[in-house]
Amino acid sequence: MENTAVIFANRNFKLKSVNAKKFALWLFIVSICMLFAGLTSAYIVKKSDGRWLQFDMPDMFLYSTLVLVLSSIAMHWTYLKAKDNSLKAVKIGITATAAIAVVFFYMQYLSWVKLVAQDVFLVGNPSGSFVYIFSGLHLAHLIGGLVFLLVVFLDTINYKVHSKSMLAIEMCTTYWHFLGGLWIYLYLFLVMNN
Amino acid sequence: MSITDIQVTDEAVHGDDHHEEHHEQSFIFKYIFSTDHKTIAKQFLITGIFWAILGGGLSVIFRLQLGFPDMNMGFLQPFLGDWISNSGKLDPEFYLAMITMHGTIMVFFVLTAGLSGTFSNYLIPLQLGARDMASGFMNLLSYWFFFLSSVIMFISMFLSTGPASGGWTIYPPLSALPQAMSGSGMGMTLWLVSMVFFIASTLLGGINYITTVINLRTEGMTFRRMPLTIWAFFITAVLGLLSFPVLVACVLLLVFDRSFGTSFYLSEIFIGGEALPNLGGSPILFQHLFWFLGHPEVYIVILPALGITSEVISTNSRKPIFGYTAMIGSILAIAFLSFIVWAHHMFITGMNPFLGSIFMFLTLIIAIPSAVKAFNYITTLWKGNLVFTPAMLFSIGLVSFFISGGLTGLFLGNAAIDINLHDTYFVVAHFHLVMGSAAFFGLLAGVYHWFPKMFGRMMDEKLGYIHFWLTFVGVYLVFFPLHYIGIAGFPRRYYSFTNFDAFSSFVDLNSFVTVAAIITFGAQFIFLFNFFYNIFKGKKAPLNPWNSNTLEWTTPRVPEHGNWPGEIPKVYRWPYDYSKPGAEDDFIPQTVPYHKTKESNTDFENEESKKE
Repeated sequence: MENTAVIFANRNFKLKSVNAKKFALWLFIVSICMLFAGLTSAYIVKKSDGRWLQFDMPDMFLYSTLVLVLSSIAMHWTYLKAKDNSLKAVKIGITATAAIAVVFFYMQYLSWVKLVAQDVFLVGNPSGSFVYIFSGLHLAHLIGGLVFLLVVFLDTINYKVHSKSMLAIEMCTTYWHFLGGLWIYLYLFLVMNN
Repeated sequence: MSITDIQVTDEAVHGDDHHEEHHEQSFIFKYIFSTDHKTIAKQFLITGIFWAILGGGLSVIFRLQLGFPDMNMGFLQPFLGDWISNSGKLDPEFYLAMITMHGTIMVFFVLTAGLSGTFSNYLIPLQLGARDMASGFMNLLSYWFFFLSSVIMFISMFLSTGPASGGWTIYPPLSALPQAMSGSGMGMTLWLVSMVFFIASTLLGGINYITTVINLRTEGMTFRRMPLTIWAFFITAVLGLLSFPVLVACVLLLVFDRSFGTSFYLSEIFIGGEALPNLGGSPILFQHLFWFLGHPEVYIVILPALGITSEVISTNSRKPIFGYTAMIGSILAIAFLSFIVWAHHMFITGMNPFLGSIFMFLTLIIAIPSAVKAFNYITTLWKGNLVFTPAMLFSIGLVSFFISGGLTGLFLGNAAIDINLHDTYFVVAHFHLVMGSAAFFGLLAGVYHWFPKMFGRMMDEKLGYIHFWLTFVGVYLVFFPLHYIGIAGFPRRYYSFTNFDAFSSFVDLNSFVTVAAIITFGAQFIFLFNFFYNIFKGKKAPLNPWNSNTLEWTTPRVPEHGNWPGEIPKVYRWPYDYSKPGAEDDFIPQTVPYHKTKESNTDFENEESKKE
């Protein structure tokens, strides 16, 4: 009886504290949010300043956004499979997520090509430069996400990812969804403000 | 780089006791690539001291130029080479480089990394009862990013075109166009690269501090029982986490303007009669982004110093800190307000006067939490059994600077007066007192107070007193006259005033300031001797030299990796039970449970003691 009480008390204590690594990831996400909050506010300030080039966002950005949502779905499916201990499915899931992300990269590149065809360049009116900076910086963070995926993939091969060891894949999923959400925010921001 | 931030290694030592398997570490891993928070703190401190000497030395050289414009500086040629002309004159471009480097070094490398890096690292685990930081590896990265950033900044000072010279605020278009001045070429590029590593270091450190405070407090260490030092470091780290990414955004756009030809900050510029292609940008945009970091940055500098002062003043007044909750509240209020006042640096940018009055209003509100802090320090001192250790003197000195420098903040915060005083020596006097000297005194108070724990030996008190009085009087003699010079209209950052007749009556005052600055700078070498000599030769320190309540004094004289040889101590009370009525001693450490102090308990504490 006494023992159970002690165990219960300990568990209670554990429950209260957040996992330090997960918490650090959230803080990192906060700092990325501030980075893009700074950039998007700069966009608004600059726009209200006048001398602003108006142009239509290429449709390709819409399609790439949908593709990125697809990769988030794949990531989440992978996460659920890891919970079920189906490691083979996890490997397929991670590969699929990464593959879709590569497609997203290519589509962002195509969007830039479309922009250039519209005479909107990186060098020129800031209204165009911002689009390149936003999408480029987002891609830079996505590269970090891909490296993270690779790490989790290697962990899976070494049987370090399963229902009782979910930390790595959980954090990876969080970061991946965050990157998806971040791009949706940037895309909507650009569409609504342009 | 993002991935290294996420990869928290397993080396973090948590609450459990698996540290017993002690193994000797090699020299390299014990002292150089160490993951131990105490070693990393000392690395930050020593690097900070190196930068402080350099930054202070630069100020002495440009003060010579300002105080004695006709002086022959030929004797500096061995150090500065071609920056001194053959007739013994300081190169005007290098003058600008020196003030830029002085600002950058002092604000970022000394008072951010040297102060927060040292004391957050050192005290957070020790005062919270943790074995180490949440992630020792991230902590190691944090220091080595800082080191790399230091090396790059140091190298930039030896370029033949000179280091960055556009002022520490690096306003474009001056900083964006290499044609504008020689320092805006390679020097500015290295400045930007160095700052990128610096920001990475600050973010890694900050994430670690916050995680440690949230996750690794020992049993009983509730937020309401945390020493005010920890509160200050915690909120400082939050400020850094929220504001430094915005500096990244700001600097990133500047890099694109400089290296890729975009026009975020540039528009309609003519150089040598030729128009640049850049159109549509705005230099004011840079100022908005920069000061969104820049203003919280001054609180990143001062809050840790205020936290250290709270601890030192309470301990050495042998009294509980006056208004513990109000102190926390004022830290939070200052932190919150720091994000919504940035435009008071920009009153003369042609801003809408209505907007200016809003920022003026918000700025003046900061006076309230600041006054609460000043009031609480004074009321803590009031009728205390004051023990004048060097740390205590420096803390009282901080309070003095914080008040006398803070008062001029009320003038500068008013848009109408600021338009007159903007960019004069009045501003220089204001921030050197309230932020520069005050934070520097906090740093020194911290070193004097925690030196016995850091190195297990005592610093010499007499040398400490001499150091204090020379520095304290010296700082006032340097910065007080600058108020008058500023009101008279001297603009800051000018190489020389000899061409203006109106200023000729201030020549003596300027010479006086320079002499005072040299003496103040010289006094710091007393400290350096005291510091380095006593690391090796000092008297061995007792376990609790200041009869203090906080947890770090329950560790062995020189704490090993893991901090406590046995179990981590539990905490039963707040850290400020000094001179409690009825108690035997005039201090009750946090580790003493209430049921052992029946004679001094309040009714509420007697209730608490039943639960222990």
